[in-house]
Amino acid sequence: MLVLVELDEHGVAPGSLEALAWAHPIARELGEPLHAAVFASGTIPPAAPGDPLVDLSLRAELARHEVSTVHTITHPELADYSPERWGESLAQLIAGLRPTAVVAAGTERGTETMAQAAARADLPLAVNCTELERSGAPGAEGPDGPDGRSWRLARIRQGGMLLEDAELTAPIAIVTLAPGAAESTAAPNAAAEPADVPEMQSDVPAVAVERFEPEFGDRFVASRLVGRTTRDGGVSLATARVVVSGGRGVGSADGFGPLEELAKLTGGAVGCSRVVTNNGWRPHSDQVGQTGTKVNPDLYIACGISGATQHWVGCMSSKAILAINTDPDAPMVKRATYAVIGDVADIVPAVVDEIHRRAQ
Amino acid sequence: MQVLVCVKRVPASGGTPQLTDDGVRVDTRNLAFTVGPHEECAVEEAISLVATHGGAVTVLSVGPAEAEEQLRYAISMGADRGVLVDSGADELDPQATASALTAAIRQLESEGGPFDLIMFGNESPDAGNYQVGIRVACALGRAIVGGVKGITIDDDAGTATLHRGVADGVEAYEVTLPAAVAVKEGLNLPRYPSMRGRLRARKAELAEFRARIGTPGTPDTEGGPGAGEPVELVVHRGGLRKLRLRRPAETQSETVLLGHGSEAAPAVVDILEELDVV
Ligand SMILES: Cc1cc2nc3c(=O)[nH]c(=O)nc-3n(C[C@H](O)[C@H](O)[C@H](O)COP(=O)(O)OP(=O)(O)OC[C@H]3O[C@@H](n4cnc5c(N)ncnc54)[C@H](O)[C@@H]3O)c2cc1C
Ligand SMILES: Nc1ncnc2c1ncn2[C@@H]1O[C@H](COP(=O)(O)O)[C@@H](O)[C@H]1O
Repeated sequence: MLVLVELDEHGVAPGSLEALAWAHPIARELGEPLHAAVFASGTIPPAAPGDPLVDLSLRAELARHEVSTVHTITHPELADYSPERWGESLAQLIAGLRPTAVVAAGTERGTETMAQAAARADLPLAVNCTELERSGAPGAEGPDGPDGRSWRLARIRQGGMLLEDAELTAPIAIVTLAPGAAESTAAPNAAAEPADVPEMQSDVPAVAVERFEPEFGDRFVASRLVGRTTRDGGVSLATARVVVSGGRGVGSADGFGPLEELAKLTGGAVGCSRVVTNNGWRPHSDQVGQTGTKVNPDLYIACGISGATQHWVGCMSSKAILAINTDPDAPMVKRATYAVIGDVADIVPAVVDEIHRRAQ
Repeated sequence: MQVLVCVKRVPASGGTPQLTDDGVRVDTRNLAFTVGPHEECAVEEAISLVATHGGAVTVLSVGPAEAEEQLRYAISMGADRGVLVDSGADELDPQATASALTAAIRQLESEGGPFDLIMFGNESPDAGNYQVGIRVACALGRAIVGGVKGITIDDDAGTATLHRGVADGVEAYEVTLPAAVAVKEGLNLPRYPSMRGRLRARKAELAEFRARIGTPGTPDTEGGPGAGEPVELVVHRGGLRKLRLRRPAETQSETVLLGHGSEAAPAVVDILEELDVV
């Protein structure tokens, strides 16, 4: 069983830690070793001769998940991310290894790479899975029919509103794990502590490292990464502890003034519903929901938002929700932790005043 | 430039989806249908690209005969023509959908030359398979970038620059045309159809293909357009099969009512103080 492991500046990216933790028991159940694949470009230290993966803390992290072999994918053309080249590389690795299953985190890059790989290998792909197990195919074919092995899986649809039970029949199962659907079993940064490394070196069972070099023809068609700009600081919607979000009930672009003030006072970010972006009151980057950003703050303040499912799936992971709405029967009010019934235009400025009053 | 946009007919509902008794699909008896927000932006972008660079916009859908409604909506926005691949009432798996779209595109390109840009939504709003566009682009041997929120075309160079948001910023990709792109809502603000657009859409002639589930190895098109008969496209079924849908367990908790109107402000600030954010 093969897990595509994404790296960030701390080592194994959080989503990939979840994917490893999720894949581990499945591999054990099947009695198969767990392998990892990493793209040895970008964030990974350059390969030393004879040892393509010199980063000991990364090795330790993989060993902790009982990864027996890590395949480092290296090629001069892979210095930058490319959807087509990453997908083609993975497809070639899969073709050589013939694993039972390939798992990746359902991140944007993980999903894109797996879709490219599945398309190139002509294999099915199930994205955003929460469960996966081998099953016998119904009928006479048995578990290994002419089209391959049969699996049962559950995956999320519509941003999390529905679950789908599905059957996957393929010589190799290719799946991505829904973000947040599994707990990572190892602290992300534990292995990155420099002090740990020497000690780990002796404890850690050897992870075999195999370098894999894909081949690209001269006429390989790929998009080219030509620029990258990083956002300057500021509170981002996806990571804010408080999100003050407005819907149609806010009434206008100007109506967001008090919401902005409340966000500023709480060190939070402003969010909104799709009605608001469609009306041009706020930029789309503020939109929360199925086709916007998914947020998980400590407190989500939903002002004049009805709580349509497509909005709800974007805020349902919040630790607490405060609904401010004129309609006591609005779905957002029914599902919220706290509610205030009334006009946003009265309530939000009153909350702002109260904060100022107490600060004096 | 010739631009093709792939759109899918999906149920439009703001509430919790009701399921059919057998749990196999969403009960759509009382629902309207739409195309997903990402795809609506794709249609809008195609129309404005063609307004700037010249050319025409074709919209293509695989689905039941009723998907005609979504094609006509795109035409009412300003698309030039619609092509329907009738695949019957049951939703196809993503590989079969991609194979139907690919076969239709090959057929259309054999008649009218290559599409410079083929546009998809980043994911369909119902199935969310995140792969149909990538499969089609791979089958056609074209580059594709997903999650795109900005497109600029360089006519002279024959390239497109595609911008997409990532966790900590923005990435720009360059592709040589013909190419494909999967876009996200936020790319633009889709227009509302004009009255004239609606009239034009009502009268527009749609091209129609029929999808037939075939076995690998058989040619993709058969027969040819006999008198009044739609061209038949052979479509290959993939390995993912939907069994049933269910609703995830929801932890229902009582809502604590903090009060009515501005009088509730102190109670709200108490909560903010508890969180230590003010
Ligand atoms: C495929 C698809 C994807 C979608 N994706 C998203 C998405 O990502 N994000 C998203 O938000 N939506 C999304 N939608 C749209 C969604 O279905 C709803 O239409 C939208 O969320 C409704 O926005 P709203 O709550 O602001 O407006 P409404 O539903 O109109 O609700 C307004 C609320 O404000 C209350 N109100 C009115 N006046 C006041 C007042 N003065 N004070 C207090 N309360 C007041 C009303 O009681 C009501 O509850 C999507 C839809 C589809 C089909
Ligand atoms: N039945 C279909 N007809 C036309 N286009 C489709 C169809 N299904 C998916 N697509 C396109 O592929 C994109 C991605 O779909 P999916 O892989 O299901 O998430 C959609 O946004 C559409 O642009």
